[in-house]
Amino acid sequence: MKHHPLTPWAFLIVPLVLYGVWVIYPTFATFYMSFTNWDGFSTLAQAEFVGFANFKRLFNDPTFWKAIGNNLKWIAVFITIPTSLGLALAMVLNQDVRFGRFLKVSYYLPMVLAFVVIGLIWGWIYSPAQGLMNNSIEGIYRALQAIGLPVDPASARSIGWLADPDMVLWSIIGAATWRQVGYVMILYLAGLKTVDPALLDAAKVDGAERWTLFRYIIFPLLAPVTTIVVVISIIDSLRAFDLVWIMTRGGPFHSSEVLANFMYIQAFNNYNMGYAAAIGVILFMISLAFIAVYFWRIAKDEEV
Amino acid sequence: MKQVATTAPRKITREEKIKRVQWAVIAVWIGAILWLIPLVGAVITSLRTQQDITVNGFWSIPQSITFTNFSEAWSQAGIGNYLGNSFIITIPALIGMLFLSSLSAYALIRFRFRGNRFFFFLYLGGMLLPFQILMLPVFRLSNTLGVYDTYWALILFHTAFQLGFCTFVLRNFMKTIPVSLFESAVIDGANEFTIYSRIGLPLVVPALASLGTLEFTWVFNDYLWALVLVSRDELKPVTTGLSTLTGQYINNWPLIVAGSLLATIPTLIVFFVLQRYFIGGLTVGATKG
Repeated sequence: MKHHPLTPWAFLIVPLVLYGVWVIYPTFATFYMSFTNWDGFSTLAQAEFVGFANFKRLFNDPTFWKAIGNNLKWIAVFITIPTSLGLALAMVLNQDVRFGRFLKVSYYLPMVLAFVVIGLIWGWIYSPAQGLMNNSIEGIYRALQAIGLPVDPASARSIGWLADPDMVLWSIIGAATWRQVGYVMILYLAGLKTVDPALLDAAKVDGAERWTLFRYIIFPLLAPVTTIVVVISIIDSLRAFDLVWIMTRGGPFHSSEVLANFMYIQAFNNYNMGYAAAIGVILFMISLAFIAVYFWRIAKDEEV
Repeated sequence: MKQVATTAPRKITREEKIKRVQWAVIAVWIGAILWLIPLVGAVITSLRTQQDITVNGFWSIPQSITFTNFSEAWSQAGIGNYLGNSFIITIPALIGMLFLSSLSAYALIRFRFRGNRFFFFLYLGGMLLPFQILMLPVFRLSNTLGVYDTYWALILFHTAFQLGFCTFVLRNFMKTIPVSLFESAVIDGANEFTIYSRIGLPLVVPALASLGTLEFTWVFNDYLWALVLVSRDELKPVTTGLSTLTGQYINNWPLIVAGSLLATIPTLIVFFVLQRYFIGGLTVGATKG
């Protein structure tokens, strides 16, 4: 049926203008800024064009490499631990388990909390004297001491989950994992709904056969969900900012630095806007590969 | 598939079934308790005094139960005001993004025109962007437009940024509406806006509910943009407001935790009341972190 050529635009114009101004234009503007030495005070037009100087400086900055390394560690944890835990939980909770709803809610409740709230609650958990971690370890040490082992319960309070450069990143990723598992579980639960129930029933047979069924039939059937989960995990790891900023600001000595945090500090604490934009561009470039995978999946669905 | 047919499930006795299920279920129960400990621990801490916890440790029997942490966080630390600001920002942004994205989703499924598919991928791309790439220009833009450090900066930005995800989800939903429904309305002489509001919109109400629930928690819980776009304390939403507590009440974890719990109440209510929609939104989009 024919429509007036302008009708679509009557619907599209307001959202598109808003989207163009606040999302599309800024994406390109960051690229431009990354070639300038803008400081955030003068106007952008007054800033000098410096070519690739920001990027050269970035590649020689040890903090940048530290941040990239930490983002990679974050990705490595995220695509393995929450993904497999979430899948395992979904496999169990997809069956009729008594109190199944309660169990599911316990796992995905953290997802409702703001990152700030998670950061603060885990900040307490990791705090040396009042925190849940050290207090629990102290209790365990006491019990061990009671049965005659040579441990000092008081030493538990000096464990610095967020102060020890070797532990801090893993402590933060631990808090992030606490949130992520429930999310992955929900995605797999939704995916399992599309799997033929007869297959899942068959998977209830014994030991080895059960594993074989899962490994060769069910898991491959869940491949589309797995792709999405992995892509989301990677993109989330690259975006990670709130938890790091709240818990450590990237410290101590940049040991928990990630790209997004590094960028924020360069922009709003050091007023190196051009330099910060270059970090943003790198972040974008790394994400692009994974966004492409996602696009390809969606485009494939579109053709069907 | 042949394999499945040949491994005809051998009869499983009742006892066997119970034994096997229990193994996995026990593990899931232990995990669930571990998962709840941080929250339950937080509630217990918030009801005690800093001195009690520092001196006697978390696992001691509380000397007394107190609600002063909550009352102090609410009034002196200003969580009450911050929560109010969060609503002032979230509600208009939510209405704006749902209305505008339903318009664009309708245009995308209803009309064939140049750029249709391009716009779809434009929205999809924005939804996956590492949003840090927008941080500096959006900061600058808010200054240029004179909305920096006002509610408007956050309302406008959230509305615009979430259009990507909302349009994507709504378009996928509207695509399932039979074309004949629209066509018959055209024959009846209805104009496009009437068709949109009488047919398109009512049929995607479940999707709007899912999106609304999900977006409410996202916008309400946003931290980065509140940090970048609002600096006046009296305008801060609860997320950035909360994070100032760590500086103000150094090491007073019971108070900080009490404030965090207060900040969570609105999203918890929305979540428990609209849980079905929340999960629906997450899995339909299956897309966003």
